[in-house]
Amino acid sequence: MATEITIGIAGAAGDGLDRTGDTLARTAARLGLHLFTYNSYQSLIRGGHTWLRLRLSEEKVDNHGDHLNVLVALNQDGIERHAREVEPGGAIVFNGARFNCDPSLVREGVTLVPLPVPELTAPLGKLLPVMQNTAALGALLHLIGFEVAGAAEILFETFRKKGQEVIDQNGGVLRAGYDYAARKVPALGYRWSFSRKRRPVVTGNLMTALGAVAAGCKFYSAYPMSPASSILHWLAAHSETCGVLVKQAEDELAVVNLAIGAGHAGVRAMCATSGGGFALMSEAIGMAGMIETPVVIVNVQRGGPSTGLPTKSEQGDLNQAIGASQGDFPRVIIAPRDAADCFHTSVEAFNLAETFQLPVIVLSDLLLGEHRSTVDPEAIPSDVPIERGQWVDALRPEDRDNGGYKRYALTPSGISPRARPGREGMIHVSGTDDHDEKGILISDEHTNPAIRRKMHEKRMRKMEGVRARLRPPALEGPAEAQVTLIGWGSTWSVIHEAAARLTEEGVKTNQLHFKYLHPFHGAEARAILERCRRTIVVESNFTGQFARHLRAESGFSVDHVLTRYDGEPFEPAYITRRVRAFLEGRPVDLEVEEHEAREMAYHYIRIHMQDKTRPGRLRKVAAAEYGEPVWEVELVGRAAGTPEGLLVIGRETGSTYGSHSLVSNER
Amino acid sequence: MATAELTLKSLESDVHPDWCPGCGDFGVLKSIKEAIVELHIPPHKVLIVSGIGCSSNLPGFIRAYGVHSLHGRALPVATGAALANHDLHVIAVGGDGDGFGIGMGHFIHAMRRNLNLTYIVMDNEIYGLTTGQASPTTTEGHKTKSTPRGNVERPVQPLALALASGATYVARGFSAEQKQLTKLTAAAIAHKGFSLIDVFSPCVTFNMLNTYPWFKERVYKLEEDAGYDPTDLMAALPKSLEFGERIPIGLLYRSERPTYEDTEPVLRNGPLVEQPLGLDRAALDALLAETM
Repeated sequence: MATEITIGIAGAAGDGLDRTGDTLARTAARLGLHLFTYNSYQSLIRGGHTWLRLRLSEEKVDNHGDHLNVLVALNQDGIERHAREVEPGGAIVFNGARFNCDPSLVREGVTLVPLPVPELTAPLGKLLPVMQNTAALGALLHLIGFEVAGAAEILFETFRKKGQEVIDQNGGVLRAGYDYAARKVPALGYRWSFSRKRRPVVTGNLMTALGAVAAGCKFYSAYPMSPASSILHWLAAHSETCGVLVKQAEDELAVVNLAIGAGHAGVRAMCATSGGGFALMSEAIGMAGMIETPVVIVNVQRGGPSTGLPTKSEQGDLNQAIGASQGDFPRVIIAPRDAADCFHTSVEAFNLAETFQLPVIVLSDLLLGEHRSTVDPEAIPSDVPIERGQWVDALRPEDRDNGGYKRYALTPSGISPRARPGREGMIHVSGTDDHDEKGILISDEHTNPAIRRKMHEKRMRKMEGVRARLRPPALEGPAEAQVTLIGWGSTWSVIHEAAARLTEEGVKTNQLHFKYLHPFHGAEARAILERCRRTIVVESNFTGQFARHLRAESGFSVDHVLTRYDGEPFEPAYITRRVRAFLEGRPVDLEVEEHEAREMAYHYIRIHMQDKTRPGRLRKVAAAEYGEPVWEVELVGRAAGTPEGLLVIGRETGSTYGSHSLVSNER
Repeated sequence: MATAELTLKSLESDVHPDWCPGCGDFGVLKSIKEAIVELHIPPHKVLIVSGIGCSSNLPGFIRAYGVHSLHGRALPVATGAALANHDLHVIAVGGDGDGFGIGMGHFIHAMRRNLNLTYIVMDNEIYGLTTGQASPTTTEGHKTKSTPRGNVERPVQPLALALASGATYVARGFSAEQKQLTKLTAAAIAHKGFSLIDVFSPCVTFNMLNTYPWFKERVYKLEEDAGYDPTDLMAALPKSLEFGERIPIGLLYRSERPTYEDTEPVLRNGPLVEQPLGLDRAALDALLAETM
């Protein structure tokens, strides 16, 4: 069994949580560990609640798992929210001079490590408040059995430009935290075998960008939109190094049309956005299909509909990608499954776009795009295939211009060799109206049904060529399984882990995962699924968009659809619990769960009580006056945990029925 | 050299324009051809990008590379192409609805960038292809199919917007003034930076208000005023808003500032389309090392 640990860092945006998490992640990665981080952040610049989880393991991990072994709380709120999640054998680290931990929140066997930060840092002079993070990091290193030198080295590199004083302070605080913890509490007993193989710590967005550069992308356009913006930021910062022209435009209408214009002129062009921006791009995606211009469009999905959940993940844009723009035209939709796959997907997207002269849509998502994991450098090659498709560079003089070149030549493959504007002899016009082989319009008063039919068939024929090139789906895991979990895109890893766990627990489970969504391997999928016993699609949207797509393309209806649409990513246990419920024939339970009632209470407290209390104990009550069973949420004082009121939340509807004060109502 | 001699005739395409007889757009087409001949630009070095509308059919009527794109999107498509290959002469064309209605956002932002491209708007103050609704430049009070009680909105002032937005060549033409229009067009194509020509291009079928005689009564040529200095922005501004009994045509404003292409570091190595693709192992490793 590989040693692994999950560490949670809780704080407010602006508490310096990212830097602390980054230092820890890079420390672990340099020791040769694999990691996955999940940052459950909010769309706020300061304040709010941010919850970063880092799963470190000797083996490859691509989801954040189900556990919490150590909590590093950077504020009081972080302790109150997450202390109860820490598992026995774990620890809670916090600045004891500023915060306290109500023992009733802590499970048995969890070590509290309050750090006397002012005492520890006094010898180092006057320090910034965020230095408490560095002290906590030091203590954490001791607890989890890491040496202090690795993190010190990273802090040195981080602060190198800020001068010796800052370096000394950070290094000093780190060691002070480490030494204090080492004196006061035993380490938690993790036995690591560090390979010390250094691996990059990357996000899917970075891999998407890097893959594009390796594939020869020369033009990138974008409008800022979470969670796609980090592609823009990285490419803008590396524009000159990588030889990519990066253009921020006025809106997504411009963005996609810029990319198509550049693609038409002969460069590899890409743009990225999220669902809302993608909706604006729709019409132009159809143009790329019609004028047969290659373009790669990345949709880093977030929670919809509308503005939806800007900082939460969802796989909700499959319908949109399949249905974007009017009419039928050839398009490709690919959903990468992990960060390394984002790199290869970019490469493949450009090759398909140029070979078949069509728009390629990459469906990434926030979870994949923004969360960090380690990749093996060998899995990221520089010598990727660059297939630019068929071109005409010159024609014999007698064939030139209106003589010979047919931009939209009707061919058996549907592929008509392109010609680059600027090259002599192949002058043509590419029009969004339907057209003949030379590009001459056949619309309006000159509509010609016969030419239209053959031209439409030519374009659509390219889909067969694409399908023949793509690897069909294949079962992973035991061949004869009781359950087959079906997924697409970023959920591969969590489904993989859930399937392995179910198998371990006696429910033999395998996995069928789809990367290529359009064109679709309908016949192949059907042949596989017809031999499966219990089929369950796992996807994070409300309606089961993929299950419907699968049914439409293969004629196969799955037994169950396991969805999640609260903005949080799947965890292995979330899947295994629901799979068991399906197997036992239990209906999907939509009742408000205890942790959800607590979240709702936090929302109420923030809006109506200025964060002056926190949820205490929760009780299920069958209260007739509300017309539904309710949760009674005790509201208690932040520090002492003394009861101050009750909040009532409907268990079926989730409606908040208001609070009842237990003490005099003074606020 | 096998290339035929560059003449108006050699620039004719296989397709005869489908515009109504007498349409102002014929004059604009002719002026573009004359300008290309005058400037000796090989036609394969010209890319004409249009939107949608009667006037946006223009690329099909001239033997140069063309993209007949989407309604309102000529400028972003043209921008992408111009950035990808700045050796091309990129000319965006379209109508007033295309450029000042559905494409208005792009119009302003393209001028801010001072891209090296030319934008010619065939402005007929009406939606013609859709048979006569009010457009962004329709005169106040004008009764159209969509404004049967008269248009209540103030017309867009494209030249004033151009001056305010940073265009470096701003002119107005009239398709009945062929010689002047050709001169303006040639100068616009030769200009380094964003050039706009708003051309009065009467619709003889759906606009019975802003007709050839209506314009002829009102227009006067700026170049005939010896005192007018087209390098003076503050003098150009009132002229850009003069639209009533008298309407100026000709070059309103011209200035020089670095183009977007000049200031984009990646383009220092030549046209993007000629640059090498991909990364070598050392470069890729250096990029990965930033994350370790």
